[in-house]
Amino acid sequence: MLNWLQRLGRGALDNFAGLGRASLFLGHTLSGLPSVLAHPRRVIAQLHSIGVLSLVIILVAGLAVGMVLGLQMYNTLVDFGAEASLGPAIALTLVRELGPVVAALLFAGRAGSALTAEIGLMKASEQLSGMEMMAVDPMLRIVAPRFIAGVLALPLLSAIFSAVGVLGGYFVGVGLLGVDDGAFWSQMQSRVDFYDDVLNGVIKSVVFGIIVSWVALFQGYDTVPTTEGVSRSTTRTVVYASLAVLGLDFILTALMFRDV
Amino acid sequence: MFKVRTIEIMVGVFVAIGIAALFMLAMKVSNLSSFAQQEGFHVTARFQNIGGLKVLSPVSMSGVRVGRVTAIHYDQGSYEAEVDLVITGSYDKIPVDSSASIFTSGLLGEQYISIEPGGEERYLKQGDRIKLTQSALVLEQMIGQFLFSKAAGDTTQ
Repeated sequence: MLNWLQRLGRGALDNFAGLGRASLFLGHTLSGLPSVLAHPRRVIAQLHSIGVLSLVIILVAGLAVGMVLGLQMYNTLVDFGAEASLGPAIALTLVRELGPVVAALLFAGRAGSALTAEIGLMKASEQLSGMEMMAVDPMLRIVAPRFIAGVLALPLLSAIFSAVGVLGGYFVGVGLLGVDDGAFWSQMQSRVDFYDDVLNGVIKSVVFGIIVSWVALFQGYDTVPTTEGVSRSTTRTVVYASLAVLGLDFILTALMFRDV
Repeated sequence: MFKVRTIEIMVGVFVAIGIAALFMLAMKVSNLSSFAQQEGFHVTARFQNIGGLKVLSPVSMSGVRVGRVTAIHYDQGSYEAEVDLVITGSYDKIPVDSSASIFTSGLLGEQYISIEPGGEERYLKQGDRIKLTQSALVLEQMIGQFLFSKAAGDTTQ
């Protein structure tokens, strides 16, 4: 009984210590931001590996999600003779929810895991401590540029996701199922508000970008420096980041779209 | 050197696509493009009941959109709803005795204000009030009235 209590207590303490380390890590990263902005080159290299290389999966997933939304919503709406509402239904779903959330989940899987593995291996092969020996702060040199690149890339990726999704829904709805072209766009424009819907979606994706990059970088930095430890941290990145995105999405939706 | 250049070009393309996507969401998907032509003159109208009218609902004449609703509030003096409309500046020949009615587009569609032109030679301008108004039809009220008149008809027989 006492052993069990001790295990519970140690587990709780470990978790709190992890949270504390993660918060310190975030503070440290944020304090490194000004010096990174002085060297935008490093961010550009990271934007390439985080953003450009994630583009294909985002484009394909966005198109697929948009087309499926078009098909399924048409089936429901046509029963009420309201297939002209297909446009706003697709656009609102994508811009408010699916764009930011699915893009963030894919981003955690595609870019977050790569970040964790990269930094974890740097730690395992003692490159990070080597840098410290040379009086180069790895937080400034390695972590902060990747953080900024992640926070910049995800909003762009989720905007691309939503835009491609709307086009996919347009091709299915207007092209295949025969919804009226003009009604599709005009209903969409009259129902989707730029500030309430599009900008809130962008804010969501900025928050998700911060969360996913933070989790991925911290898991890499905090990894047990062995082969097994790196693989475990990579898994944890995807699981924690996805759960955090889904949980935060509910809270953000409740805050943003209470009265819309 | 070449490698750095290609990477930078690809990042540039990525950022450009991202901004283009945002631009498309703003102009093509959402209503930002219609905000640009918001300039016009404001008029008000009082309604007994506005039904499901909302801010940003369209204002049309003969089915052509000429403006939108900018604000709705309840006027405690007259016990009526006061609706502010903005009419696009180019539609400046609306007679002062025009009437405003609240209609529904289709059976389940959204509600909008339709303006029927009157015969007066003076035209509405900034700050005027449309005096002739017709409230929204409330379906429950109509059903209630129908049932009531039906019941009254039954007892007289």
